[in-house]
Amino acid sequence: MKYSKNFLKKLYQTMVRIRLCEESFVEPILNGEVRCPCHLYSGEEAIATGVCAALDEKDYVFGNHRSHGHYLARVGGMSELVAEIYGKETGCSRGRGGSMHLIAAERGMLGAAPIVAGTISLAVGAALASKIREDNRVTVSFFGDGAAGEGVLYESLNFASLKKLPIIFACENNLYSTHMPIRECRLKNNIFEIGKPFCIVSSKIDGNDVLKVYEAAKKAVEACRKGEGPVFLECMTYRFRGHVGADDNIQGTHTDIRPKEEIEKWLKKDPIKRFERFLLKTKILKGEDLINIKKEAEDEVSEAHAFAKNSPYPEKGELARYVYSE
Amino acid sequence: MSTVNRKLQYSLAINEALHQMMESDESVFLIGQGVKSPWYVGNTSQGLLQKFGTNRVIDTPVSENAITGAAVGAAIAGMRPVVVHPRMDFMLYAFDPIINEAANWHYMCGGKSTVPVVFWGIINRGGEQAAQHSQALHALFAHVPGLKVVMPSTAYDAKGLMIAAIRDDNPVIYIDDRWLYRHEDTVPEEVYEVEIGKGIIRRKGTDITLVAVSYMAYEAVKAAQELEKEGIDAEVIDLRSVKPLDKGLLLQSVKKTGRVVIADGGWKTCGVASETSALVSENGFEYLKAPIRRVTLPDVPAPASSQLEKHYYPTYQNIIDVVREIVS
Repeated sequence: MKYSKNFLKKLYQTMVRIRLCEESFVEPILNGEVRCPCHLYSGEEAIATGVCAALDEKDYVFGNHRSHGHYLARVGGMSELVAEIYGKETGCSRGRGGSMHLIAAERGMLGAAPIVAGTISLAVGAALASKIREDNRVTVSFFGDGAAGEGVLYESLNFASLKKLPIIFACENNLYSTHMPIRECRLKNNIFEIGKPFCIVSSKIDGNDVLKVYEAAKKAVEACRKGEGPVFLECMTYRFRGHVGADDNIQGTHTDIRPKEEIEKWLKKDPIKRFERFLLKTKILKGEDLINIKKEAEDEVSEAHAFAKNSPYPEKGELARYVYSE
Repeated sequence: MSTVNRKLQYSLAINEALHQMMESDESVFLIGQGVKSPWYVGNTSQGLLQKFGTNRVIDTPVSENAITGAAVGAAIAGMRPVVVHPRMDFMLYAFDPIINEAANWHYMCGGKSTVPVVFWGIINRGGEQAAQHSQALHALFAHVPGLKVVMPSTAYDAKGLMIAAIRDDNPVIYIDDRWLYRHEDTVPEEVYEVEIGKGIIRRKGTDITLVAVSYMAYEAVKAAQELEKEGIDAEVIDLRSVKPLDKGLLLQSVKKTGRVVIADGGWKTCGVASETSALVSENGFEYLKAPIRRVTLPDVPAPASSQLEKHYYPTYQNIIDVVREIVS
């Protein structure tokens, strides 16, 4: 086994923490306690976990509208995430940004924003800064398959390639651009190939296999550190819930329901269950260990919600604070 | 105008306009992200796909720049596209085809080519959606020569302005607000236009002129009803078109009342309220008995937290407070 027990345990812990944190929003969303639109990451945990495990602390990450997982895999602290989603002053964006604007700059999570493809060029800029400063950082830009429809992605690929920037374009292909299945967005489900005309090393990987993601990310990070970036990784995955909110289709409008067979097929590929099977089979962890890890994560989630609920809202008089840096 | 007293929802009035225009003119088509999804466009597109097919009701990948540019190109080539941006924040990706191309086109071509396209942008705010999912950007468009900008506040106007926008040979920015979608009023079944550039008096009054647009027109009427209880008789003008702006109607009213409060759901600086105020100062200064006042969003991005959000969007109460300050 080329991985240490601790490393594998950490991967599992991270995925479980993300899953339980995400699922903990379902009830508050349904009962109206959480009003902020949440794009849950359940089902996609292996990507954020595998990619971020390959990064150093100094590296940079930019996210999108579905970034709870990126934030947790990168940052750790759950309380500020939950508080942000409740609109509290103690949230990571002080309640001003909500679920779609997560930041922990001191930990390299430089930001997230829901304008589709909106942060890709920003990530290119962060990588450019690293190149200018020669600080040997790597930047990861997380975006979805929908972003492959935006022109700025192609401009960013060209510029990043031209300047050999240390950036990983991590495309999380969950087969749906909100309500649109990918076959209605592009003729071939082969997003990774868009990197090739720009001479970018590009590959498609199983995004529900955390070790495969980690291996690919590790190679990509090494290439970037050697000045052989950028790298394009298309990670195939599936979201277990709808585009936004708690239901398993889209907003319950009944126009965009995903086929039941498709959902069932992907539930069988649950990245967490797959990794559990691996850990048990290789005897790295015992059933009891898994239970303990889940228990710890449950406690962390409960504490984060308690922290959020007990935190104050922003003051009315501070509405205009943070418009400018003072 | 029809006298048929039929009530129709604002969103369905838009839907009816689209149906009627697509039926009567084969060059009209609808394109944009989510045109087949109620989650994006409410019920404004209901029945269109079934009736007109995927050739004329085109749901698209998330590619605002290219899709909007394609609509502009189709318009140059003789079509009358309606391109929808279900959340106008995403329309910023399409500024180049809208402003550099469509707005300038007729002028740049010495009047030899027209761009009959409707850029339909939906304001989709509130609900803790924060800064990139809440913006009202009409003032940005109104700044640009070559564009017309309309913002219906009633179902009647929603239909009539959509029809006028589609028939107009110039690029028209049509902006509606999801908060209005359930509002109902009388809408004739036949095809009719509301003239672009014409405002309307929603309530007659003598003490003060409340000028408003889009959703704020409702708030202004509500404010006027409350003010009546205090003995203040407010006239309410709904601009309906932000560009061109109905200067004549505005000045007529100010001449009568001598006081103006402008309510707009956009930001304060360089906004529609600023422009309206400048027009009155320049052209009706001698009528004024008090300073012109503006009720707008503060110059702040939309916050997520509900506790900040509830103080962010102006209401009739903000209008009343300002009116009390200038009517003694």
